[in-house]
Amino acid sequence: MLKVLLYFLIGVLPLCYAAFYIGRKKARTGELESGERFHSRPAHYGWYSVIWMAVPSLAVSFIFTILGSSKIFKVPFTMHITTILLVAALGLWYAQKKITHNLRARNFIEKTIKVMLITASLVSILTTIGIVFSILFESMKFFSQVNFFSFITGTEWDPDTAFLEGAGRDASNAAQAQFGSVPIFAGTFMITTIALLVAVPVGLFSAIFMSEYASNRIRGWVKPILEILAGIPTVVYGFFAAITVSPLVVKLAESVGLQADYTNALSPGIVMGIMIIPFVSSLSDDVINAIPQNMREGSLALGMTRSETMKHVLLPAAMPGIVSAVLLALSRAIGETMIVVMAAGLQPRLSWNPLDGMTTVTVRIVDALTGDQSFDSLETLSAFGLGFVLLVITLMLNIVSSIVIRKFRKQYV
Amino acid sequence: MDKETRRLKRIKRRYRGEISFRLLSISAIVLAASFLVFFLSDMVRTGYTAFEQTVVQTEITYDADTVEIPQLSVSEEMSDLVSRGFLRLIPQMVEENPKLMNTTQTQWVLAEAEVDQYIKGKPNKLSEEEIAHIDSLKKEGKVKLVFNKWFFTNGDSKLPEMAGLLSAVIGTIYVLILTMMFSVPIGVMTAIYLEEFAPDNWFTRIIEVNINNLAAIPSIIFGLLGLAIFINLFGVPRSSALAGGLTLSLMSLPVIIISTRAALSSVPDTIRQAAQGVGASPWQVVWHHILPLSLPGIMTGTIISMAHAIGETAPLLIVGMLAYIPTAPTGVTQAATVLPAQIYTWSGDSLRAYTERTALGIIVLLSVLLLLNAVAVVLRNKYERKW
Amino acid sequence: MENNIKMKSDNLNFYYGNFKALKDINLTFPERKVTALIGPSGCGKSTYLRCFNRMNDLIKGIKVEGGIYLDEQEIHDTKLDVVELRRRVGMVFQKPNPFPKTIYENIAYAPRIHGLVSKGSEMDDLVEDSLKKAGLWEEVKDRLKSQATALSGGQQQRLCIARALAMEPEVLLMDEPASALDPIATQKIEELIYELKERLTVIIVTHNMQQAARVSDYTAFFYMGELIEVGDTSTIFTNPTVKKTEDYITGRFG
Repeated sequence: MLKVLLYFLIGVLPLCYAAFYIGRKKARTGELESGERFHSRPAHYGWYSVIWMAVPSLAVSFIFTILGSSKIFKVPFTMHITTILLVAALGLWYAQKKITHNLRARNFIEKTIKVMLITASLVSILTTIGIVFSILFESMKFFSQVNFFSFITGTEWDPDTAFLEGAGRDASNAAQAQFGSVPIFAGTFMITTIALLVAVPVGLFSAIFMSEYASNRIRGWVKPILEILAGIPTVVYGFFAAITVSPLVVKLAESVGLQADYTNALSPGIVMGIMIIPFVSSLSDDVINAIPQNMREGSLALGMTRSETMKHVLLPAAMPGIVSAVLLALSRAIGETMIVVMAAGLQPRLSWNPLDGMTTVTVRIVDALTGDQSFDSLETLSAFGLGFVLLVITLMLNIVSSIVIRKFRKQYV
Repeated sequence: MDKETRRLKRIKRRYRGEISFRLLSISAIVLAASFLVFFLSDMVRTGYTAFEQTVVQTEITYDADTVEIPQLSVSEEMSDLVSRGFLRLIPQMVEENPKLMNTTQTQWVLAEAEVDQYIKGKPNKLSEEEIAHIDSLKKEGKVKLVFNKWFFTNGDSKLPEMAGLLSAVIGTIYVLILTMMFSVPIGVMTAIYLEEFAPDNWFTRIIEVNINNLAAIPSIIFGLLGLAIFINLFGVPRSSALAGGLTLSLMSLPVIIISTRAALSSVPDTIRQAAQGVGASPWQVVWHHILPLSLPGIMTGTIISMAHAIGETAPLLIVGMLAYIPTAPTGVTQAATVLPAQIYTWSGDSLRAYTERTALGIIVLLSVLLLLNAVAVVLRNKYERKW
Repeated sequence: MENNIKMKSDNLNFYYGNFKALKDINLTFPERKVTALIGPSGCGKSTYLRCFNRMNDLIKGIKVEGGIYLDEQEIHDTKLDVVELRRRVGMVFQKPNPFPKTIYENIAYAPRIHGLVSKGSEMDDLVEDSLKKAGLWEEVKDRLKSQATALSGGQQQRLCIARALAMEPEVLLMDEPASALDPIATQKIEELIYELKERLTVIIVTHNMQQAARVSDYTAFFYMGELIEVGDTSTIFTNPTVKKTEDYITGRFG
């Protein structure tokens, strides 16, 4: 990294300044000699020269580097350097030839900047394409070996023999690996349901408190405090769930004569619920506040109490926004990883009892990818298959949520 | 019962409903706040003991034999109480300071983790005899608790008493610098394009929808992306700060774009018109006026997104950043770990002595986050302009 | 008219999407005169004014037909840069909109980006000169380094005028420059406009009939995107030829 910085400081920067100086000088002397006003300011001609010198040569350098790192063709270092210097000199020479009083250097620079800005915005598109293709591609590999239907409906998840194969051992006499994802999704569903049972009432009533009952001063305190809950790293929540909440749950269960597993679904569910409280409360608070004041006044003027106004007028009006908030929180809970990795179990188990140990989609993904298996093993690929389903579910939740909230906004804002 | 009393009764009932509703909403807040208090105090309770570390006073013999076999440098009965990690350092210490050779020094040395746990009154695996021995040493004043500086100067270790945060902190700094280097310029440029230049057409709308969706994708998916694209396709070394930084920068990109756009759009249009009215070109309007005016907002957003990145764990686990890193990395392509990943690996260790260290690591992590958020709040309050 | 024509529009049609906001406007603006554009709200006079320095370019979905000429040159001509156009045709907005910078920087900004002065001392002179022309110098000469946003509304508006004058424009567009000001500040702006016409051509949009009568040499009356009548201000106000103009001026609608 230091080397790159050094190259940059002693190589690129002085060259750029030289080009800038030459271009600006040409414009300045040109203005003095011909007496004609140049279209742009002298500094613009300086930048014009820099662009013509730097952009083509950096592009060449970039192509060479890509060729080298993807092992298609390794360009020797001296050839690399001489080529880019040559291209730079050519560019600079061309720029000087072009500089005359009616060259619109500023417009050229602006266009270049705009192209750079557009290129930057393409990165986010490329990210999406990268996500979709990498996950789609790898999960296609997975589904070419595992029947999609049995993946969706199977109730046995037992990749152990795949693990043996992945580790290079003969697994011909072991049982066939099973990739039935139902218990995994059931675990995810159980834990997120518990989380929502915690987060929705607490979050919603917090929002009601903030928007209707709290003074501005108290609201100014309460809102950031709630938002701290969303800002705490999930690994910290995971530790809390595993070290403090799980033993507590086990002890409580024992005291009422129930048997609880240390990797029970209840504790990560509760802790995850705490984490997503602000997702519910913040957005709900916003939508309740976005309802026009006259609806509130209209109701109060009829002699309704504040709670009646809230129950009969505001909440029904805010319902789309609240639904959207809950969907967002749900999507966050389904994709949440660290809490369940640290506090939920590894064993897929199909059960209705939240005190049993269960596993989730994200746990299986982490487990499959942090082992020492070859990248092509079926278990590794199964992580991408699960990731694909996870991506589709969360995206759908988000899209539905944003459609619902847009409808709400159209109505009131 | 006449009409009037019925009416009064009804009003009374309605007021009771009002009060209970209000109480319900207050109790929700109280519940959420007490979760927070319970949680924070639990972390402090578990972690504060790790601020101190037990040391024992003993005689250490430095000679040719003990350099060869460090266990011999202390008396047999002490060798169980002294950290093996310290003894392993003896050859190195002699090498660095040859005067030590053939001397016997009485010095305070790091105690073994189980001894430390016993002194702190926590469950331990010591035998009766050992406990008796420690108690007698304690009476002689040869065992004491001192500030645990090792926690901040050591890297990770398989011995709890030697384990520290340093390599994770340095790894975090590397990852953070890389994340900022990639995501801030690209994010701010994207935001400028969308807010100030982009025409209202299908292409712009696709970018906008896309960014909103990216912001909502679970972080673990970004880990899968990093694994498939950066590591498998481009050959970035696994576990390296570069792999982690690239992955996190893609993850924080949407957050930076969204907060920068908010900052840019909070600058009123009159400023744009004023600048355009005196003949500033589109880029000059942005560069001379809009960007300087929205800088505090952009910085606030960036700091907050970096705070998120610091605490992010899942995608980093996927790109392999949970490696065991005893010494800090010196380059971005070397294997590294980060604070939350270190917390994760310690929390998974079965030795109890790691638990308090995990909690202390969490306290450190939360303090850093608190500091960053405080800076962001101060920035916002001090420099952000109300139009 | 004995004066040279500084700006004119030829069969100008203007659309916001499908809505035709200006219909076939033919109008000329004599040099070093003040022309007032009057008419009820939404008649298109502000839109028309903003055509002259192409400020409408910023709005999405607009379309311009016909021509606007500055010294015989079509302003949409690619040979004329929009930045150069805006330097030559300055603008003062409805609400004062100083940059949130110092008073000095507000004035110096435009000359600097256009490269109108080269030395620091020249810039000081230009700032002083512009502030004097805008009648603000005496009030702010001791605090050029203080924030422009700390000035009163009227001072801010005169600062905006000084800012425009510092570019040495040939035309100054004023979009209801006094509508957000109190009567005393308004009076100062009006006196200023009277002085300005010795140096440049002023086109002013105003809601206030008395103001139009006081400051302008010519008046054009707009209604529903059409130019109804134009002429000497005295004629328009005393003896309009079109009934609609008379109704508006006498306050029967508007």
